[in-house]
Amino acid sequence: MQAVLLIDFGSTFTKLTAVDLEERRILAAAQSFTTVESDVMQGFNCALEILQEQLGGVEFIKRLACSSAAGGLRMVASGLVPSLTAKAAKLAAFGAGAKVIKTFSYELTDEDIDVIDDIAPDIFLLTGGTDGGNVKVIQHNAGLIATAKKPFPIVIAGNRSAAKVCHEVIASDIHPTYITENVMPELNRLNIAPAQAVIREIFLDRIVSAKGLSHEKALIEGIIMPTPASVLAALSLLSKGTEKTEGIGEIMCADLGGATTDVYSIAKGYPLNPSVMLSGLREPFEKRSVEGDIGMRYSAKGIVDAQGLEEIINISGLSKEEAENYLSEISKDKSRLPSDNKTKAMDFALAALAIRTALIRHAGELERIYTPSGAVYKQQGKDLTGIDKIILTGGALVHSDNPQAILDIAISNIEESSLVPRNPKAIVDRGYILSAMGLLSTYDEESAINIMKQYIGGHVDRTGQ
Amino acid sequence: MEKKTIVIGVIGADVHAVGIQILYYAFSEAGFNVVNLGVMVSQEEYIEAAIESNAEAIVVSSLYGHGELDCQGFREKCEEAGLEGILLYVGGNIVVGKQPFEDVEKRFKAMGFDRVFGPGTAPETTIDALKEDLLGIK
Ligand code: B12
Repeated sequence: MQAVLLIDFGSTFTKLTAVDLEERRILAAAQSFTTVESDVMQGFNCALEILQEQLGGVEFIKRLACSSAAGGLRMVASGLVPSLTAKAAKLAAFGAGAKVIKTFSYELTDEDIDVIDDIAPDIFLLTGGTDGGNVKVIQHNAGLIATAKKPFPIVIAGNRSAAKVCHEVIASDIHPTYITENVMPELNRLNIAPAQAVIREIFLDRIVSAKGLSHEKALIEGIIMPTPASVLAALSLLSKGTEKTEGIGEIMCADLGGATTDVYSIAKGYPLNPSVMLSGLREPFEKRSVEGDIGMRYSAKGIVDAQGLEEIINISGLSKEEAENYLSEISKDKSRLPSDNKTKAMDFALAALAIRTALIRHAGELERIYTPSGAVYKQQGKDLTGIDKIILTGGALVHSDNPQAILDIAISNIEESSLVPRNPKAIVDRGYILSAMGLLSTYDEESAINIMKQYIGGHVDRTGQ
Repeated sequence: MEKKTIVIGVIGADVHAVGIQILYYAFSEAGFNVVNLGVMVSQEEYIEAAIESNAEAIVVSSLYGHGELDCQGFREKCEEAGLEGILLYVGGNIVVGKQPFEDVEKRFKAMGFDRVFGPGTAPETTIDALKEDLLGIK
């Protein structure tokens, strides 16, 4: 046996997955509450004990961890034009596994700096201008961000002509500063990998230790990435495959949480029809988006705002009063679980509409323009209409009796112009193994993809509290 | 010579894709840094591209006959977005029907375009104009 321990320090649960590389199978999985206030190791030890009870005490040849504990990797970004460098910065940060608390465009103001100080991000990403393009705004913003009082590292990934000046203005003891390649070196061309590499480096060097996540260096050889980055790595591997193992092709994934909903697409997203013009920023093949206002409990109100109470009533079959009552209940008690058929129907409707909203925001948009000689079409973002598999994960989806029905409702009643998948099959990651497999992929790709192909869509028992 | 940046594209719902490609090569060849937005470009897209790339001129092409409508309010939007005084050119098939070019030119100039080029204008004419307006070379 060649046992590897994969650890995911989540915001609520610390999840452990033990795998055997020789037989390429999951040995056991366990979880325990994350205890950030005291020491994350407490929750870890607790989960490890449960795991070892099942395993009868195995020796691990490798331990790998990812983390979204202590708020995850919290970032603030700034760019120039909202649909261009500001969007590129956001895509870069999301893809690096960050939570983007806020994105600024154009010139920052003193008030904005107060807001940033209040947020106290883990990393600030400064962008703006194509290479050789606008220097004024990024330099102005560098001057202002230098006045922030809270300490945080700053990544400069804007117009290369301005990088040095920005660095000179910003770099200080409280704002260690890193220069990397422009996130949008030419108009509409995204170049986010270099910025993501620097973000990850900073995450490893500074943030993990600052958040008290690596007290026991010997026990965990390293928290190697933020959890969402690990999920993205797993999805990418599963989609593309390796030299020896075929991937499953273009896929999407929706992770529905209590506070946020993440959507991933591993897909080119080019127009399917040659007469459609692709315009705007070319989005990444591996794209992650995060909806901070869409979630089953903390952000249930965002679902209502986005889709309307009417739609929730239609789907759940409840009366207006019943629906409103449940919404007010869950806003008071975030750990409220559905207890009967009516509350189950409400959670079903909320889940479907959360996914609908998040899919629409993630996918591209087709604009139809009428001309005297007929209609012409223009596409912004990715065309995901042909994606036939969506992996679902997150509490409400994993515990649902009928995830396919949730997905079917999610993709119904959507404007024709939204390029969301038209007929996707739901595949459920019941065992929450995606993040674990993303970690494993950095160590043994073959095992990771083979385990995913066996277990995703199937069942993994995760014992614990 | 410092390379001047210009933004080009075919405005509105216009899909005529060949001419703009020729202009892209001609302008690049002449020493400009050209941001080519291709076809079906909205006013906002030209403006956003000019902001990020720090362009000093926007060259609008229109071939399908609706150019005048598509160009309305362009100058005002540029000013609103902070591109005060940016050079605006327009050309292509902008004369529709049997009307004298001078009338069309007048109307486009009233809209705030600095130069208006009639049908059949060679790229060299525009290049000379750009050199004069951006670099002071006559
Ligand atoms: C091919 C073509 C099409 C193809 C385009 C395919 C494609 N994706 O490129 C299709 C079939 C789709 C098409 C559709 C239409 N077309 Co058509 N099309 C043509 C055609 C035959 C050739 C265009 C071309 O490629 N020319 C070659 C290139 C190199 O030349 P160019 O585009 O003119 O560009 C040069 C100059 O104009 C100039 N230039 C261009 N822009 C600018 C800007 C500045 C600032 C300057 C200085 C110079 C400049 O420099 C360029 C390089 O030398 C022309 C007729 C013609 N012979 O020009 C009609 C023509 C342009 N089309 C026309 C029309 C009306 C249409 C339609 C509305 C309906 C129709 N009758 O089919 C639709 C519109 C669709 C839409 N939404 O845009 C008319 C336009 C009439 C007008 N403006 O008064 C034309 C002139 C035909 C005609 N005589 O009726 N068309």
